Amino acid sequence: MSGFASPDPVTLNLWHPIAAIGEIPPGKVSATVLLDEPVNFAKVADGEPFVWRARPELRAGDAAPSTRPADALPSLVAYGYLWTSLGTPPEEIFAIPEYAEPDRRNVAAASIGVAVSAPRAIENFLDMGHFPYVHTGILGEQPHTEVKEYDVETSAERDEVLATRCRFFQPMASTVAKGGMEVEYVYRVPHPFCSVLYKSSPLDANRQDVIAIFLQPVGQERIRAHMMLSILDDQNDDTFIRRFQLMVFGQDKPILENQFPKRLPLDPRAETPIRADKSAIAYRRWLSAKGVTYGVIPAAA
Amino acid sequence: MIALHDYELSAECYKVRLMLGLLGLKWRVVPVDYYPGAEHKTPAFRTLSPLGRIPVLEDDGFTLHEPHAILIYLAGRYDTSDHWSPREPRLAAEVAQWLSFAVDLDASAGAARRADGFFEAVDADAARAEAHRLFRILDEHLWFGERQGRGWLCPAERPTIAEIACFPAVALSEEGGVSRQDYPAIRRWMDRVKRVPGFSVMSGVFPAAPGR
Repeated sequence: MSGFASPDPVTLNLWHPIAAIGEIPPGKVSATVLLDEPVNFAKVADGEPFVWRARPELRAGDAAPSTRPADALPSLVAYGYLWTSLGTPPEEIFAIPEYAEPDRRNVAAASIGVAVSAPRAIENFLDMGHFPYVHTGILGEQPHTEVKEYDVETSAERDEVLATRCRFFQPMASTVAKGGMEVEYVYRVPHPFCSVLYKSSPLDANRQDVIAIFLQPVGQERIRAHMMLSILDDQNDDTFIRRFQLMVFGQDKPILENQFPKRLPLDPRAETPIRADKSAIAYRRWLSAKGVTYGVIPAAA
Repeated sequence: MIALHDYELSAECYKVRLMLGLLGLKWRVVPVDYYPGAEHKTPAFRTLSPLGRIPVLEDDGFTLHEPHAILIYLAGRYDTSDHWSPREPRLAAEVAQWLSFAVDLDASAGAARRADGFFEAVDADAARAEAHRLFRILDEHLWFGERQGRGWLCPAERPTIAEIACFPAVALSEEGGVSRQDYPAIRRWMDRVKRVPGFSVMSGVFPAAPGR
C-alpha cells in the first residue's frame, strides 16, 4: 500500500500540477491530494486561482472564498495547468518555449488517475520498446520493433535528462498522420515527475509536435496524470485531439498499473536493463543523484 | 450510415463498438468529450440522450440511448443468424436477466474504475466490495456452466448480447482495483469472448492468444 512518509526535500520543494485551469469550476472549492496531503483550490472573483491546505470548514463544492486566503500555498499557472508546492518552490517552472508559438494548438488533454508511482510512469513515457506491442497500429507495429541507437545526456546546466535521435516507425503518429512514417523523437525530463516529448510533425518537416505529461503524485503509488499537447493540427477539434491522446494513454494504463514493484527501484542491480533502456538508466541515476526518494526504492547506500 | 456518439474510454460505449464489430457493420464515430469536458451533460447533448448518458446511436433517423437497448436493436435488426438476441421465450428472458446483471456490474466494477480514473464522486470501496460479490456469483455460474458443457452465460450454443453487456465492466475491472485473480471461470469466459470472430479491443483490453 502507499504508506505515508514525509516526502524528501527535493520533492517537497517542486512545483506540482494539480488541475487543468479550464476545468476548475468557477466560484467553487475543488479538492485533490498532493503528496498524501489533501489540498483545496479555487478561482477568486477575478479568476485568479489559489491553493491551500484543506481545512475542515471549507469543503469541496462550497462557495469559493472571495479573496486569496492568508495561508495560500505558492501557486502559478503554466501550460494550461495550475501548479502548487508544499515547500519552497523555485521562482520559475521549466520552459516549454513552443507553447507560446501562435499557430499551435495547446490542449489540456485530460487528467487521469493511475495506480502507479510517478517515476514508473515517467519511465514508461520514455520507453519506445513497448510501442508495437501496447500501441499496435498507432505508435508502432510488428515487425518494426527495433529501438535504434539513440543518444542520452544529463545536462547539468539545465538540470534535465535529454534523449535525442530517437527514431521509430509509427503507423499513425498523430491526429493528422496520413499513414506510416519514421518519426523522430526528443525526450526531455526537466522535472522528476514531468516529461516533454517532441516528435516530427506530419504537417511540417521542420517543426515538432510537443506532448507533455505532468504527473501529480497523489501518494507514492498513485498519480493524477495531466496531459498537455502543443501540436500542429489545423484539421481537428479539441475533442478529437483529446480522444486520440486518451486512447493512447488508456493503452498504457494497465501496463503502468501492473508494474512490480510499484515504486521505481534506483539500485542499478535491481532490474536488468537492455540497450533500449538507456534513457531510463539516465533518469534513474538523475533521480538518485538529486536525492529523490518519493515513489522510488532508493539504492542501498 | 450508423453514427455512434462515443467516448473511447467508456465501457458502455465499448459494448456498442463490440456489437457493431461482431456484426460486421461499419459506423461513423461522433466523439463526445465525456471526460474531462462533460459534454454529455450539455443541453445540446440532452436532446439526443435525455438522461445525459453515452453512448447514443443514430441509424436511419432512429435515435437510441442506453447501451443495452442499442444492443437489442442492433442484434434484432442486423443479426441474420438470430443468435445474439434470441427470440425463444426462456432464452430471451435469461438474456434479459443478464442485461440487468450487467447494469449492476457497470454500477459497481464500472463505478470503481470511473472513480479511480476519472474522479467520479462515488464510494469506490463500496463499489469494489459489490463488484467482488457480483464476480463471485458470475464465476460460480460460469464454472457450473463449464461442467454442464455451457460456455456462455445463457444456455445457447453461441454467445448472446448478455456476453457483450457484461464483458466491458469485467474486462476493465482492474483499473478500478478489482482483481480477477480469484475468478478463474470468469477469466476463461473472457478468453472465449475474445476469440469470437469480429471481437475488437479497446484501450485497457488486450486480445487473447489463439485458442487450442
